[in-house]
Amino acid sequence: MPSEAAADSATVSKPRIASLLPRDPTITLLVPLIAAAVISFSLLNPSRFLSGDTVRAMAFQMPELGILSLAMMVPLISGGLNLAIIATANLSALVMAAILTHLIQPSSPPLVVIEVFALALLAGMMTTLVIGFLTGIIVAFFGVHPILVTLGTMTLVKGISVLTTSGTVIGGFPPAILFLGNGTLLGIPVSMILFLLCASVVAVLLTHAPFGVSVRLIGSNERATRYSGVATEWMLVGVYAFSSLLCWVGALVMMARFNSASAGYAESYLLITILAAVLGGVDPFGGFGRVLGLFLSLILLQVISTGFNLLGFSQHLTSAIWGATMIFAILLSHVRDQWLARLWLSRKT
Amino acid sequence: MRNYFTRILRRHDVQLGVIILMMAFFFSARSPGFLTLGNVMDLLESYSVSAIMASGLLVVLISGGIDISFAAIAGVSQFVTAVILVNFGGNWFTAFALAGLFGAMLGVVNALLVHYLRAISVIVTISTMTFYFSMLMFVTQGRSIYNLPDWFTSNLSVLSIPFPVMVAAIVLLATLLLLSRLSIGRLIYGLGGNPEAAKRMGCYVAGLQCFVYGYSGLMGAVAGIVQAHRVEEVVPNALMGRELDVLAAVVLGGASLSGGVGTVSGTILGIVLLAMLQNGLTLIGVSSYSFGLVTGLVILVSVSATAYAAKRQQKGGVRHAI
Repeated sequence: MPSEAAADSATVSKPRIASLLPRDPTITLLVPLIAAAVISFSLLNPSRFLSGDTVRAMAFQMPELGILSLAMMVPLISGGLNLAIIATANLSALVMAAILTHLIQPSSPPLVVIEVFALALLAGMMTTLVIGFLTGIIVAFFGVHPILVTLGTMTLVKGISVLTTSGTVIGGFPPAILFLGNGTLLGIPVSMILFLLCASVVAVLLTHAPFGVSVRLIGSNERATRYSGVATEWMLVGVYAFSSLLCWVGALVMMARFNSASAGYAESYLLITILAAVLGGVDPFGGFGRVLGLFLSLILLQVISTGFNLLGFSQHLTSAIWGATMIFAILLSHVRDQWLARLWLSRKT
Repeated sequence: MRNYFTRILRRHDVQLGVIILMMAFFFSARSPGFLTLGNVMDLLESYSVSAIMASGLLVVLISGGIDISFAAIAGVSQFVTAVILVNFGGNWFTAFALAGLFGAMLGVVNALLVHYLRAISVIVTISTMTFYFSMLMFVTQGRSIYNLPDWFTSNLSVLSIPFPVMVAAIVLLATLLLLSRLSIGRLIYGLGGNPEAAKRMGCYVAGLQCFVYGYSGLMGAVAGIVQAHRVEEVVPNALMGRELDVLAAVVLGGASLSGGVGTVSGTILGIVLLAMLQNGLTLIGVSSYSFGLVTGLVILVSVSATAYAAKRQQKGGVRHAI
C-alpha cells in the first residue's frame, strides 16, 4: 500500500537527517540562531550592521563578558557555581589600581615602572588566588553548597572593596594598561586576544588535562569520582582557584576598558554570565559543557545586543531580549530532545 | 537530662536564637539606644519588606526549587498597580488584589517553564528575572511615580505598630499555617524531600509547583506594595538586587537549597540576625561601609558551621548504627 510505503520510507529517512546533524546539539541550536539574528539585522539595517566598524565594536565588547563567563563556566561544569566572580574581579582591579596609581610618578624611571607593574599584576593575581582558594576549601572540605559559599564570599569580598575605598573610584592608569582594553594587535583587539587565550587554555584543560577530566567527572558524579581514586576535594579547590584566576584576567580587561576600578562595576553581568554559559550548552547540574558552545552563545548575545543597539533600542530592551532568548533556547532544546527521543524510538521498532 | 539539652542545643533555630540574644546583650550594653521601643519598631519596619519576600522564597526552597525573580516580580506588580491606582483610583483591597494577581501570574509563568520544559529552576528564574526587570526598565525608562494617592501613602499604624510590620506579621503567620497546618504544606515538604516519592504518592506536581511559585510571586507583589507605601513612591529599580540578600537571610534561617527543610521561625530569626547586626553596628558607631564585610563573614561562618555540624552528626549516626 502506498501509505505504508511512505511511512516506511519516512522512518528510514528520519535517522539519516539526524545523522547529518553535528554531534553537539548546542551547536545545531546556536548556529541557526546566530545566522537568523545576523540575517534579520542585516535586512533591517543593511548599511550599518554589516560594516567593519560594527564587527570591530563587537570584538571590543565581547571579551569582558566572555572572560567572566569562562570564570563562571568552570565551576558550573564541576556541578557548582561561583557568584563571587564580579566581586573578585573588582577587588583584584582595586588592588592593582591602588598599586599602579600610588607607586608610579610621572618622573619614575622606566625600570621602576616595570617593577611596579610586575608587583601590581602579582598582587592582583594573589588576591584572586587567595579568594578562590578559601572558597574552594569551604566548598570542598565543609561540604557547603557552592551557592551559599559564594554568596558569602561575594558579600565579604565586595564588603572589603567598599570598606577600603569608601565607595570611591580609583582611576587614571598608565597607557600600558589601557592598551589591554583599547589597543589592537594586527587589527585584533588585545582584549579579544586575551579572551581567546583564556578560552583556549580552558578548552585544552577541560578536554586534554587530567584536571579538566576530573572536573567533568566530579560534575557528573562526585562520589563515583572519589571512589575511583581522584582527590575530589583538592580538585574542587583547584576549580575555584582557577575560576578566580580567570577573574584576574577579567579584572585587567575591565580596568582597561573603564580606565578605573571600583567596588561596584559590572554587577549586572553576574547573572548574565550564568545565562551565557547555560545558553552555550553547559549543563547547570554539572558534568557537561564546551568552550565552543560558550563562544557561540557569547556571539549570539553580542549580535543581539549590537543589532538592537544600532536600531536605536535601549540597553534594557536588549537585556530583556537576552532573557527571552534564554527561555526560547530552553524551549527549543526541550522540543529537540523530545523529537530526537521519538526518532530514536521509531528507529528501534 | 543532659541528652535533652544537647538535643535542644543542636537545633538550628535554637542556636540562632542564642546568637541573637547574645548580640542583643552586647549591643544594648554598648549603646543605650539599641533596646528602645522606637529602635526596635524602626528595625522591624525597615526589614518587613524583606520578611514578606523571604516567606515566599522559603516556600519555594522547601519545595526543592529556587526563585531568583521575586524582586523583579515585586517591581513589575508594584509599578502596574501604581499606574492603575493613579489613573483609576482604588483602595487598599484593590491595591493588594491587583498586585497579588499580577505577582501570582508571573510566578505561575516560572512554574510552567520549570515544570513543562524540565528546566532547572535557577536558570529559569534568572532568565525571567532578567526579562521582567529589563522590560520594566524599558517601559518606564527608569522614571519613578511620585503622585501616589493620599490614602496609599498616609501613615497607618495601629497601637503604634506600623502598617508594614502588621502586613509582615500576617504574611508570616499565613505561611506558618500553610506549611504546618495545611495538607498542601505537607505536600510541599514531601515534594522537596523526595520528588520521586511525592510523584508516586499521587501528588499533582504541576499544580503544586504552580502554587509554590505563584505564592512566591504573590509575596513579591505584597512586598512591592508595602515597600511603595513605606517610601511613598515607586522607583522601578528600588527592589533590584534584593533577591540575594533575602536568599542569604532565608538560608541563615536553616532552609536547605536541596529542598525539604526550612521553617518560618528560622527564617524570621535569619532576618532578625542580619537586621540586628547592621542596626547594632550603626548604633555603636561602626561605619556603614563595613556592613558587607560583616554580613559576608556571618553568612560564611554560619553556613560552614551548619554544614560541618551536619557532617559530624552524620558520621556520629553511622557509628551508632554500627
